[in-house]
Formats: sequence, structure tokens, C-alpha cells
Amino acid sequence: MKHTLAVLVENRPGVLTHISGLISRRAFNIESIAAGYTEEADTTRITVVVEADEIELEQVVNQLSKLVDVIKITDLTGMDAIHRELALIKVKASVETRSDIVDIVDIFRAKIVDVNRETMVIELTGEETKIDALCEVLHDYGIIEIVRTGKIALSRGPIPAKEL
Amino acid sequence: MRMTGAQAVVESLKKESVEIIFGYPGGAVLTLYDALYESEYPHILTRHEQGAIHAADGYARATGKPGVVMATSGPGATNLVTGIATAYMDSIPLVIITGQVAVSLIGRDSFQEADIRGITTPITKHNYLVKKVDELPKVLKEAFHIATTGRPGPVVVDIAKDVFAAEIDFYYPEKVELRGYHPLYEGDEGVLERLAVEMEKARKPLLFVGGGVNLSDTAPEVRALVELTGFPLITSLMGLGAVSDDHPLNFGLVGMHGTYAANMATTECDLLIGIGVRFDDRVTGLLEQFAPKAKVVHFDIDAAEINKNVRTDIRVLGHLKWSLSKLVDISRDKFDCEAMQEQMRPWLGQLNEWRSENPLSYEARAGQVMPQAVIEIVDELTQGDAVIVTDVGQNQMWAAQFYHFKNPRSWLTSGGLGTMGYGLPAGLGAQVGCPNKKVVVITGDGGLMMNCQELDTVAKFNLPVKIMVLNNQVLGMVAQWQRMFYGGRYAHTNMEGRTDLVKLAEAMGVPGMRVTQPDEVRRTLQEALAMPGPVLVDFRIPSDEDVMPMVPGGARLDQMVMGGK
Ligand SMILES: Cc1ncc(C[n+]2csc(CCOP(=O)(O)OP(=O)(O)O)c2C)c(N)n1
Repeated sequence: MKHTLAVLVENRPGVLTHISGLISRRAFNIESIAAGYTEEADTTRITVVVEADEIELEQVVNQLSKLVDVIKITDLTGMDAIHRELALIKVKASVETRSDIVDIVDIFRAKIVDVNRETMVIELTGEETKIDALCEVLHDYGIIEIVRTGKIALSRGPIPAKEL
Repeated sequence: MRMTGAQAVVESLKKESVEIIFGYPGGAVLTLYDALYESEYPHILTRHEQGAIHAADGYARATGKPGVVMATSGPGATNLVTGIATAYMDSIPLVIITGQVAVSLIGRDSFQEADIRGITTPITKHNYLVKKVDELPKVLKEAFHIATTGRPGPVVVDIAKDVFAAEIDFYYPEKVELRGYHPLYEGDEGVLERLAVEMEKARKPLLFVGGGVNLSDTAPEVRALVELTGFPLITSLMGLGAVSDDHPLNFGLVGMHGTYAANMATTECDLLIGIGVRFDDRVTGLLEQFAPKAKVVHFDIDAAEINKNVRTDIRVLGHLKWSLSKLVDISRDKFDCEAMQEQMRPWLGQLNEWRSENPLSYEARAGQVMPQAVIEIVDELTQGDAVIVTDVGQNQMWAAQFYHFKNPRSWLTSGGLGTMGYGLPAGLGAQVGCPNKKVVVITGDGGLMMNCQELDTVAKFNLPVKIMVLNNQVLGMVAQWQRMFYGGRYAHTNMEGRTDLVKLAEAMGVPGMRVTQPDEVRRTLQEALAMPGPVLVDFRIPSDEDVMPMVPGGARLDQMVMGGK
């Protein structure tokens, strides 16, 4: 089963390497990692998506918790939470296909953020499955490159992850 | 007080009551060493950085205090790596201070630059790179705190060269504030109540004592538990010494070279209570068939140890001082100890039967010095009271099997990493920490050669370490596997023994003796142990003696091969 973990860490050099190193050495199945600053200047928040059964998940959480720079880990999986990912997709767009693509973009509520004679860049925010679906549809037009941020997640309601 | 970064390091070490530093100087730590010079700080100069870190490790294991190491940047720091990993695997508290190139030179492949923080990240409990002098006291305070609390471990503090020269108003913090580090002391008492119920129900319980007991100095609690419940116990390699080997309920070492009784007991028990153990693969044999009939209980301070290898039915988290004292109280208050001990009879009968069926034994060979006999006589002459420091290989296993340990912290060995070259320098460090104890190093000829330069250090500081070389002229443990599993194809395990170890020792200022006849063993050992200073004894033992019994890799514990008599 897939689990989404919110990992709050000290904003210090080397923390990300430490975490990714630990994950790869212990051979945990990580689907994505996304890191960024938070409301507190000295805290970084890392969203980790891991494919694990109960026992494996316990190991991931306990091993990560052991790192001195890891402040708190919250499993957002079962919770009422918002899950999002951002993707930028560069797709071939000729005069003939352009309007079709614009239609698709509309349906997905995506955005066109760059256009030139041969290509378009589409921006989409949403759940992973939605991004997968758009990529699938655009595939026929010829995707040149894709970049995805990896999932980030936030619980609904007033309580922050550090207090959950 | 206004001072330099180097002086601040020295002041911090004083605040931490550091008695001694093991180290080796170089360019990046010149200023630091100058501050040591100025303050006349006690320092042991080894002959190799690896010697320094193993020595600090031996010091820490023998005394329970953190070991402190210093080395220069680049090669000085990388020479520490094996020792850091050794300490990490066995949870030994060390604070390692390395010099780094100047801040402006970091990241530019400068002369003697190595990213020691990056290199040691997976083998340290925590590490730091200090680029600002103001951070120095806080970082050192944290380093000692992290190294010595919770599950102990090595912490590296890498300090840029110019930080040592920069000036600071020195103030050593009283407290540590780390948002992500709150080592657990007390756990959940309810779990202990649940455990008590299982303990009362159990007909074939078994305590499994590990290195955590030695590290947390909770041997008295374990002994009390054994006395109250009458539960038999077995130990891991790292748990030796926690309960006397002479205790009738101690059935000895479990695992690959464990006793028949301990391995059979593990296979047959219905309640296995692991205390400060890791369930390492050398202990479990075939994991799926480990303790197949037992409910497994796991006491540990580190939550990540639970369910890492063996599935646990009851977990008892927290410091062993807390959990074991509580369990002792519960046992005293709630158990009908007499009835419980009565209940234990059939199980103990079975265990004793296993023990007498297949005791640890060996076959003496006419005219040959037997390594097991050497250990037995060392045991007899020191009355189990020495600090035994081993290297890795057959020598280590024979020492574990045939020495009768009586005290915690009297058995120093590289268990987790299995680091050859550990014995001599660790013995040196143990002797520094325990000047009034008999420190006996048991080593192979291969392992001795890996850090033999430290004979010079032993001589220089006149440390009365007794170095017993079980010299089989081969890399014995590897050769044993080749003999057993590779059809006797001895690929590169013959050392040929061209080096005269007695002369080698003497060349470095350590008296040497040689024993080639079995009837010389006792007299030579008596003489060696009575000498006021260091000595090396070269015991010429057969090159094809096996460590037995043995559970072949990947086999079940009860599928052990016996050997011996
Ligand atoms: C640094 C290191 N290199 C290699 C090994 C693999 N190894 C384990 S035991 C052993 C043989 C040790 O030979 P020796 O020191 O003579 O001791 P003996 O087994 O003969 O008692 C070797 C090579 C190791 N444990 N550590």
C-alpha cells in the first residue's frame, strides 16, 4: 500500500542526502520525495510517498525518526488531506493539433504556460492520477519532456502536521 | 572568555571531563594541536588513525565513558572510517573531531580535502561540519550528548581549519535543545504488565541477553530477574559478561558458534525475551525458522530495532534501566517465585541434558598447542577477571567460548562489523581507561598484522597489555570455511608465517615470547601475566583447527554441526 508521510526536518545542509541515503540503503520503495521551506525558517518539510506494508512502514518511520535532524513524521495516508502534484509537460503542437490540445487542456483545467511554433508547455496541478491521465492523452501528440514535482500533501482542518 | 576556536575545543573537552584524547595530528589540526600543547592535554599518539579510533572505542567499552578521537582532514579522517563503522555497529559512544580544509577551500578538491561528513553519514549517529566558530561550543555539547544518550554511537565533528584560529567569547551551554532528538527513557508500563502475564504462563521461557545490557550497565537488573524467576538465559556475542558464565542458569552463547544447549533452547522455547539484542543474522541462522515455537519479546531503547529482523509479539521500549527495574519490581511483587521456579524444573532438566550431552569441547592433539587450551589457562590464571579484548576470526570465537566471563565490560570485541585489526589498539585503549585491570588481547596472526604498528604505542606508553597471538599462520576463520564449504581450496588464506612475531614485538619495544609445546603454555602465561609491562606471546597452534559447533550460513540453529570431542 502507498503511504504519504510528512517529514519535518531541520533546515540544515546534508539532511536531504541523509534521508535519501538511508532510504536507498535500507531498500525502501520510495515513489517520490518533495522538499521545500515551511512557515518556519529553520524547518524543511519533505513529503515522502512510500510503497510499504505495515511492517515496512514501521521500519521506514522508525529509521527516519532516529535521525537527529528529523523533528516529526506524520502519516497522512488515512487522513482527510489534500494531495497535489505539479507537472510541466512539453508537447508537440502543430497548427493542425493546437486547438485539440487546447481543448484537452481545458477539460483537465490545466494551463498553457508557453507556446511557440512547434510546441506548447502545459502546467497541471492535481492528484497523481489526474496528471497520469493527462500525460496519457497527450502521448498521441508527442510528448517532448515531462517534469513532475512529486507529491505534496496537507491535512484539512486547523491542526498542522507537527501537532498531529 | 575570549579565546580561539582551538582553545574552545579544549575548554569544551574539559567541561565534558574528557580524560584523554586518542589522535594523530596533521595540517588542518595544527592550531588545535597547538592548543593541546599549551594546555598539556593528555593525548595518546597512536601510529595510525585507525589505531587511535579503535583505542578510543576500547576505552569507551571498558569504561563506559565516551572515547574522544582527533585526526586531520583528508587521509587522517578517511583512516578513521573503519573504526567509526565498528563503533556504530556496536553502539559505542565516540566523539570524533576531524580537521577540515579552510572554509574558502571546501568543495574545491583542495589539498587533503575529503567530505568526511558525507562519507560518514551512514555510519554515524550524527555528524557536523563546523564553519563558524560561534557554533563550536554548542555543537560539541550536542555531540557528547548525542553520542552518550539513548542508543549510544559515534558522532563526527568536522571543523574547518580557519575555525580553530578564529576568536570566540567562550560559553559552554548547560543544556542541549534538539527538536528532533528526545531519547526515550520511560516506556509503557502496561506492556510490562502484559509481559508479566506471559511470563507466568510460559513453561519454556528463555532470556536472551545482548550487548544493550552491557552498554546500559543493567547487568545487576538482569541478574536479579534471573534469581527471582529462575528463567534460564542465553547471550549474544555482545552480551557476554552480563551474567557470569558460571551461573547455573546461563546456557551461554547462541548463534553460529553458540552452544548446543543455547541453540536448542532457542528452537524449543515458548517465550523468548530478548533484552538489548539486534537479532543479527549470526544469531538467528535461518530467520524464518528462528525460535519457531516462541512468543518473542523485545526490550530495546531503539524503536527501529523492533521488527527489523524478527517479528516481535511484545515490544518493551525504553531505557533498560527503566524497563528492567520495573520488571524486577513486578516479578518481586506479583510472582509466586517459588512456584514459578518449581514450574521451571522440566525445562531446566531438558536444558541441562542438552548441556551435558554436548558441552563445548575440543580434542587435544598430541604435541600441539591447542588454542582452546590457551584460553582456558588464561581464564584460570586470571580467574575470569581480566578484560578480554579480541580480534576477529577463530581467535575471537575461541575466546568467547572458552573464557568464563564474570563481569560486564570485560569482553571487548567487534561484533557487528567484525573488524580485523581491532584487538591490539582496542586493548591499548582499554588499558588506558582501566590502568589497574589486567587487559588481555587475544588475536590471530592476521589481525595482529593489520594494526601491528600499535605495538610501538603500547611500548611508548608502557601499557601492560598482554597480547596473546593464536598463530595458526593462516587466516583461520576464512580457511575454516574453505575447508568446510569450498573443498579445501585455500584461496589466499595462507599467510606463510614468514614474519617472526617475537622479533617484530621486540623491534618495537614489547618483549616477546614463543610457545610451541603444550607443556610450555601454563608456565609462559604465568610469566607473561606477572610481567609489569606489555608482552606478546606467539602461540604456535595447528593451522587446521576448526571453531565448533557451527551453524552453517543460512541453516536453522538446530541444524548445527557439532565437532569437538
Ligand atoms: C578488515 C577485515 N578484513 C577481512 C575480514 C574477513 N575475515 C574474517 S576472519 C578472517 C581471518 C582472520 O585471520 P586471523 O587474524 O589470523 O585470525 P584466525 O581466524 O586465524 O584466528 C578474515 C580474513 C575481516 N573480518 N576484517
